[in-house]
Amino acid sequence: MFATFLITIFVLAPPTGVRAYDRPDDGGGAITIRWQLSADDALLEGYEIHRSKDGIDYEKVGFIGKSRTAYDDEASDDNILMNNKSYYYKVVALLDTLRAFSEASQPAISSPQWINRKKINIYVALIIFSAIILSFTYQARRGKKFFIRRISGLQAIDDAIGRATEMGKPILYCPGIGYIEDIATIASLNILGEVAKKCAQYDTKLINPHLDPIVYTVAREIVKESYTKVGRPDAFDPDSVYYITDLQFAYAAAVDGIMLREQPATNFLVGWFRAESLILAETGASTGAIQIAGTDQVSQLPFFVTACDYTLIGEELYAASAYISKEPLLLGAIKGEDQGKFVIGIILIAASIIGLLTTLPILSFFE
Amino acid sequence: MKKTLPLFLVLILGVAGTLTYLFPHPAIVNSDTFFRNEFLRVLAGFALVLGLGSLLKVHADKIRRKRANWQYSWILIVTFVITSFIGLFGGIEGTGPLPTRIGNFPFDIWTIYWNVTVPLGATMFALLAFFMASAAYRAFRARSTEATILLAAAFVVMIGVLPLGNSISPHLPSFAQWIMDVPNVAGQRGILFGVALGGVATALKIILGIERAWLGGGKE
Repeated sequence: MFATFLITIFVLAPPTGVRAYDRPDDGGGAITIRWQLSADDALLEGYEIHRSKDGIDYEKVGFIGKSRTAYDDEASDDNILMNNKSYYYKVVALLDTLRAFSEASQPAISSPQWINRKKINIYVALIIFSAIILSFTYQARRGKKFFIRRISGLQAIDDAIGRATEMGKPILYCPGIGYIEDIATIASLNILGEVAKKCAQYDTKLINPHLDPIVYTVAREIVKESYTKVGRPDAFDPDSVYYITDLQFAYAAAVDGIMLREQPATNFLVGWFRAESLILAETGASTGAIQIAGTDQVSQLPFFVTACDYTLIGEELYAASAYISKEPLLLGAIKGEDQGKFVIGIILIAASIIGLLTTLPILSFFE
Repeated sequence: MKKTLPLFLVLILGVAGTLTYLFPHPAIVNSDTFFRNEFLRVLAGFALVLGLGSLLKVHADKIRRKRANWQYSWILIVTFVITSFIGLFGGIEGTGPLPTRIGNFPFDIWTIYWNVTVPLGATMFALLAFFMASAAYRAFRARSTEATILLAAAFVVMIGVLPLGNSISPHLPSFAQWIMDVPNVAGQRGILFGVALGGVATALKIILGIERAWLGGGKE
């Protein structure tokens, strides 16, 4: 009774200083509203955001909890917010049935921007990193030799293909379940080209099943070109590269079946993998095949390390094509990549040291 | 021309693909969305025809040559034809011209998906538990220093997340969490740095035509 009495005589303090403006660095269709908290903020349920086209008729377009001082009014299927049109906003303090309306904001107009200024720094870093890679590529073009450390997984490729040749058994190359836009899939296709060349040279059967029809189409051309490149176009079997299904576990079941029926001497599990990685790797291990795996999926790497003989970890997968082909330009690019990592490592160490030193009062300006 | 045109297209579209990151204007974003969604979908449609063609060809060849286990290829071809027929003429939920219901028994594509495809996929997924057990057995054999450290860390983490860990020592759960949060994350971040930079370098090599293995190799 007393609480009801209090509420009926209570007058809520509205939020003040409401400002509305076009949200910066976006493609339009969004207005940011800012305000100062109501004096009764601690008691409130939150704030309603009301919008008007003419400054007279307002409609509620959003709600945000108490102690918050900003809201982005974004266009969506349920919220029509046009670019290049004026909108007025009021912020309403809400407590049960009580509402306290703020003054209306100045009109705000949403418009698209051409450049996202927040991401310029990333673009600059990208340009610097690209310049480092290109400079090493240029040096490689001029004949400079670069040392690339030994990657045992890639050293083993020749042995693995040789073993299959001696045993008269096929090689299975599984590019994972990635799509053509995945960088791991592209790296895998690059390796496939080199593996196919060696298969063509040794006249070893290659089996290359696919999950994605676009990846299949590209892989088929790569394998065909590789056979042509080493002067064995007649040895290319169009049925060695084929599509199976676009379902993850159906694909895993099919590849498992190939491993058990065809008994490949070598399995390459190189590309983009998810939960099927262990299913494939364990089945392959049970057949006694040499297994060379590679992925950039950190969550799948432990499974491959456990069940495969060699594993290409993360960036080793990307470097594989250059490592196998020994193409000087590609080796130069890898060296550039290493230098880029070196620069980032230095920056990280410097930032960590500065971060630690900010605990000293004399260096607090670094904070 | 056979290689110049693809390289030119990759250069143009590769650079265009990065623009939306810096330029949020709808004119650029909508073009990018068109290529990534509509155009790629059309391309995938054509590729799917080629893909299914290859699948049928491989299995038809297997039957014709009576290769090992050729009988299973009949199962694939027959189920492929039946499912395609139901999908093409029965509609996704049985709304097409083909009647896909006998009494209370529906056999439209949606029913097939939920009652055949999903359980079979779940069955394969469930096998993962057994494969994990066998992989864990292999990984945790303490045959080297690294494997012993791995075994010890895994043992601490597994005990630490159980109520038993807390009853052994109240510090054990927080130590297990520390292993997950510090050495584990440090290792993962190291790999992710390499992956991120390697990804940029690979993209750059392909966009600029330095890496041409996807074209079958070669410089011409």
